[in-house]
Amino acid sequence: MTDIITVTDLARSFGPRVLFRHVSFAVHEGEILVILGGSGCGKSTLLRMLMGLLEPTEGRIEVLGADMATASLELRTRVGVMFQMGALFGSMTLLENVMLPLEMHTALPAVARESIARTKLGLVGLGDAAALMPAEISGGMAKRAAIARALALDPPLLFLDEPSAGLDPITSAGLDRLILDLKRDLGTTFVVVTHELASIMAIADRCIMLDKTAQGMIAEGDPRTLGETSDHPTVRAFFRREAEGTHP
Amino acid sequence: MEAAPGALTFAGAMDAKGVAPVWARALAAAEAAKGTSLALDIGAVTLWDTAGITLLADLETLHGAATVVGATPQVETLLARVHAARQVPGRPPSPAVFSLRALLVGGIAAAADGVAFLGETAIALVMLPARLKMFRMSDLWRAADQSGVKAIPLVLLLGVLIGLILAFQSLIPMRRFGADVYVASLVAIGLVRELGPLLAAVILSGRSGSAFAAEIGTMKVNQEVDALVTMGLDPVTMLVLPRLLAAIVVMPALTIVLDFAGLAGMSFVLLGDGIPQVAIGNQIAGWVAAGDLYGALAKSAVFGAAVAAVGCRAGMATGLGPEAVGVSATRAVVGGIVASIVLDGMFALIFYRLGI
Repeated sequence: MTDIITVTDLARSFGPRVLFRHVSFAVHEGEILVILGGSGCGKSTLLRMLMGLLEPTEGRIEVLGADMATASLELRTRVGVMFQMGALFGSMTLLENVMLPLEMHTALPAVARESIARTKLGLVGLGDAAALMPAEISGGMAKRAAIARALALDPPLLFLDEPSAGLDPITSAGLDRLILDLKRDLGTTFVVVTHELASIMAIADRCIMLDKTAQGMIAEGDPRTLGETSDHPTVRAFFRREAEGTHP
Repeated sequence: MEAAPGALTFAGAMDAKGVAPVWARALAAAEAAKGTSLALDIGAVTLWDTAGITLLADLETLHGAATVVGATPQVETLLARVHAARQVPGRPPSPAVFSLRALLVGGIAAAADGVAFLGETAIALVMLPARLKMFRMSDLWRAADQSGVKAIPLVLLLGVLIGLILAFQSLIPMRRFGADVYVASLVAIGLVRELGPLLAAVILSGRSGSAFAAEIGTMKVNQEVDALVTMGLDPVTMLVLPRLLAAIVVMPALTIVLDFAGLAGMSFVLLGDGIPQVAIGNQIAGWVAAGDLYGALAKSAVFGAAVAAVGCRAGMATGLGPEAVGVSATRAVVGGIVASIVLDGMFALIFYRLGI
């Protein structure tokens, strides 16, 4: 199986504060890898580093065979990103949001760009919302529209930051189904940051877990069995939804 | 792509890069083949993405009876999925069309909202003694500091420049009639009665009206205004009244500063022209009455109220989305300046009728 991302001995510090170190893992083509862990463990920081938005203090990240520290524009067009709040451009309709990467990075005629953008919106179930502005749609719709925009250029790799955060269980389950459909139909590889257990169980092929206290990675494997097989108390507590410390 | 009668043959990569040059030609060929049979031969295609599948779906939809030849099961699945994705349940809303009726209705609604806001503010003022706890003096001082004290350098600069400009512009025509000395009275009357209050209002609108709108608008976007309401607190008393009262208090002070700065600028030019200081002083004292200054200060207080009310109203009416605060700030500046000029016109009429 080809590795789409290779992370080697990664470390990140903010001043004297070490967030994590000695993090190494790989993401295989066509899989959904979930990065999980408690609040403040560095999940989103790790994702930002994978996206090339933040430089590692130490270590190396290779995405699609290239060093992310010196990522070219061409590489960026092969990676899609869905930010936690969607990050849709407020002055454009959903259709225009999805058409933007096509307009910037392809030579497609306007009619083709619109047709493809409508297809993408249809794929995420927003075919009838193309003319709406981001301010007019719900949080769940904004996330789906953001996925449609991330898919605009058919990237082989998609990063999703907290796709379920702030969504009700039904909308969240719908989004999980969408991710699984896209993986099946388009063969897209996903790296997802979340701590929603239901979502992790639904979509993850594999997961890695970061821990604030350990300042690094404490588990890697199938989330369905990690809770039972791991020796680490935080991993077991996470999957059994147990609180840390002593509570009555 | 190769087009032959009854067939379109595709080969190579059918991704966004590959379909871009053939898209328009393929659609034209499918359009031309309407009513006859059309085979879309994709047996030689080596690479697909959704751009290619979308073109295929568009060709099928456009022709109506085209058949796809040489599709792998994976392409068939994707094609079915794209067709399903493009089944839009409802018609998308039609684009906005300019309509005089909509403009009129919108104008009336905006005017009604404005009147409602004035009513709410008046009620909040009347109820202030009963809601004194909600009125934070610290907010009043902060607003007065922001819109008054911190505006003084700008007011001084603009005042001096306006005085200079008016004196220079008036000197040339007045000299023709040997009336150089009357430039002092001309500029003094213009500044004290009209330009002082009006320019101070424009400065207040640009500096503070927009700031009021942005502050309150950001609170609206962050649901802080909703939080006040749910806590049983009156947002008008807490957010609007301190700014309104601050603007009413600082505007006459700014007007006086601007008047004196303007007179200083004018005196500088006239002294340079050889007109003695005592003559300038006599002209100003002889032509500008105390009533002119009182009338101007009354006007400026009203302008201050108008600018603050327009700014706060724009903030309270802030919509959703990242643009909303910017739109509110723009409305505050434009509305504040327009309101000040309209009020100035009304004052001019009243003063004329009263013979002041």
